[in-house]
Amino acid sequence: MNRDALPADLVPASELAHVSARAPRWQPGLASPHHSEVFAEGGEASGAAAALAFAADALRTGSAAETEDHRALLWVQDRAALKLGGRPYRHGLPEAFRHRLIHVVCESCEDALFALEEGLRCRDLAAVIGEVAGNPKALDFTASRRLTLAAERYGVPLWLVRLNAAHDLSSARMRWDVRAAPSPHPRWNRDAPGTPAWHAELFRARMHPPGTWILRDDGLALVAARDARDDAAVHENTTPYPLGLAFAAGDRSLAPR
Amino acid sequence: MLADARAVCPRLKVAPSDAAGDRAFLEKLAAWARRWGPWSALDEPDGLVVDVTAVAHLFGGERRLLADVAARFAARGLTVRTAIAPTAGAAWALAHYGRPGSILPPDADIAAALADLPVGALRLHDDVLVVLRRLGLKRIGDMTGRFVEGSGRDALRRRFRRKTPGINPLLRLDQLTGRLPEPLLPVVPSLMPLVQRRLMEPIRHRDLLDQVIADLAADMARTLEGLGLGARRLEVGLWRVDGEVIVRALELAAATRDAPHIARLFAAKLDDVDAGFGIETVRLRASWAEPLAVPQADIEARAQVQGTSLATCIDRLTVRLGPDAVRRPVLYASHIPERAQRWQRPLDPEPVSQGQLAFHARPLKLLDRAERITVIYLMPDGYPKSFRWRGRVHDVMRVEGPERIAPEWWREKGSTRLRDYYRIEDGEGRRYWIYRLGMLGDGRGGEPDWYLQGLCA
Repeated sequence: MNRDALPADLVPASELAHVSARAPRWQPGLASPHHSEVFAEGGEASGAAAALAFAADALRTGSAAETEDHRALLWVQDRAALKLGGRPYRHGLPEAFRHRLIHVVCESCEDALFALEEGLRCRDLAAVIGEVAGNPKALDFTASRRLTLAAERYGVPLWLVRLNAAHDLSSARMRWDVRAAPSPHPRWNRDAPGTPAWHAELFRARMHPPGTWILRDDGLALVAARDARDDAAVHENTTPYPLGLAFAAGDRSLAPR
Repeated sequence: MLADARAVCPRLKVAPSDAAGDRAFLEKLAAWARRWGPWSALDEPDGLVVDVTAVAHLFGGERRLLADVAARFAARGLTVRTAIAPTAGAAWALAHYGRPGSILPPDADIAAALADLPVGALRLHDDVLVVLRRLGLKRIGDMTGRFVEGSGRDALRRRFRRKTPGINPLLRLDQLTGRLPEPLLPVVPSLMPLVQRRLMEPIRHRDLLDQVIADLAADMARTLEGLGLGARRLEVGLWRVDGEVIVRALELAAATRDAPHIARLFAAKLDDVDAGFGIETVRLRASWAEPLAVPQADIEARAQVQGTSLATCIDRLTVRLGPDAVRRPVLYASHIPERAQRWQRPLDPEPVSQGQLAFHARPLKLLDRAERITVIYLMPDGYPKSFRWRGRVHDVMRVEGPERIAPEWWREKGSTRLRDYYRIEDGEGRRYWIYRLGMLGDGRGGEPDWYLQGLCA
């Protein structure tokens, strides 16, 4: 993907080797950035499911982990995403979110961006999930930067699920490519579909080098197994990913408050 | 002319006229005269009108009221002529031209009672009086007898067309007799906001004085806020034990009631105060105040800092997107998947139910309408092998089912077919929830159709 297209000789190798060694690999339970994007196919629910799993993971590790969290979860869909993938079904939602979901249907992407931003400004929300189909014109770099700033300012995390979308410009701190992965066999009925699993590729992140994982939410925690086919050695031994420029800033907002 | 007068009468006393002072005095007098009635108005240059409607009994009757007035004015060295009448015009006429202290009872015939008074009692301009005298109309009775009713009235109206009461005898007559209302412009005294502290011990030190000034500034700010005013000029008076008074004034560029600001400005003015044996009273007075509305707190600014509340957020979303766009799913007691959840407004309480239906496994997302798919399966009720949905063929690798959900016979028609749900996973790991509508040979149609209803996580 983007990684392959990057010209390696643009990067001062000495510095990047240093940076790359320092950059920790992503793993579940790390403090998640406030704005992440999840690219997924429209014909499956993996994008939203992975976003929910990420959100659940973030809330489990977050500050509110000790007390029971009653804050609502805002799920914003635009009309195209609703047509592609349907609307959330309460009986199928993760147990933690069943009773506190607020669902917003927007006719256009502009409305969806408005709803997302209003959700990010609300201090009583646990997280915001957005689902936008395709690459609408309204969702450009400026719009995504707005979302990032709002999310960082008010501390409400946002997972934006992009259905059938190309990897366009975005200021999201972590960008994932998610597709369904064959689930592990359940213990009692080996022919049945098991715990949902997703093949997740982190293709751009500020804090972490990219990588590929098989993710699973087993109800207690997010389980990530390194994908055997996609080898870590490929990333680590070849040219490091150009984290150098953004890494020093980390997840800190660059905009003046 | 003054010289001529002095030549004639050398002992003449001369005092310069002070119109502004007279008026200020009259205003003060009017405010003071409110002791006899709720409203008082100026009657320039030398009169006061007090509304004593339904007040006289407090003083023991109208006569005693007038006696009280006379006594109070006499105590202040002022001579006064008083009268009480049903209308302000009649009272004026009686006070100026009638017997002093005359009282006209409410049911009296005003025109008859005042018939003997000269037309000067009508409060008319001098030019009009001259005209009336030339016309031979000298008393009020001359006019009320002939001109107030009938054709005479029209004659007077033709002669005096102006609408100003002072030059229209007809209007004045009507006001005198109460046919026309005559609103008074009441005097409303405005008090200077004043706060003071009497100190238990005389203070001699500067930091204590600063503390007192800060307290006074806070008190003053509260007082001004209650009045909706802001101070432009402030005076602080320091009463010393030995009777000396030190006054420091402060003028402000704009109306303000910012207590720390005021205290800080006074701090610079109090450097040269000699406390002597100590200061025992400090008084702060706003001798000039201007209206200053209470500023509205910026609601958006607080939302900017702290974030909005959930209700605010929902309101904003609802206003732009419509009430049906923002909803939350709630449970409904039904086995039919699309009926098992309903949508309601986000902040309404969840409907109470005795217990939740425990479903086996449900998809994360449900399509609004189940989409028809073509399925290859083992007839008549075997597992699906592969299916085509949205132009794409999915090979079914793993499958769980069927979960049979019968139609709700008490609600639906008898021809409704049952559904056999299968949870499936295709070769790439996508998980779906599909169902077969009906069975072969159930007598409710031919070959069963397949539908895809949900997308599993």
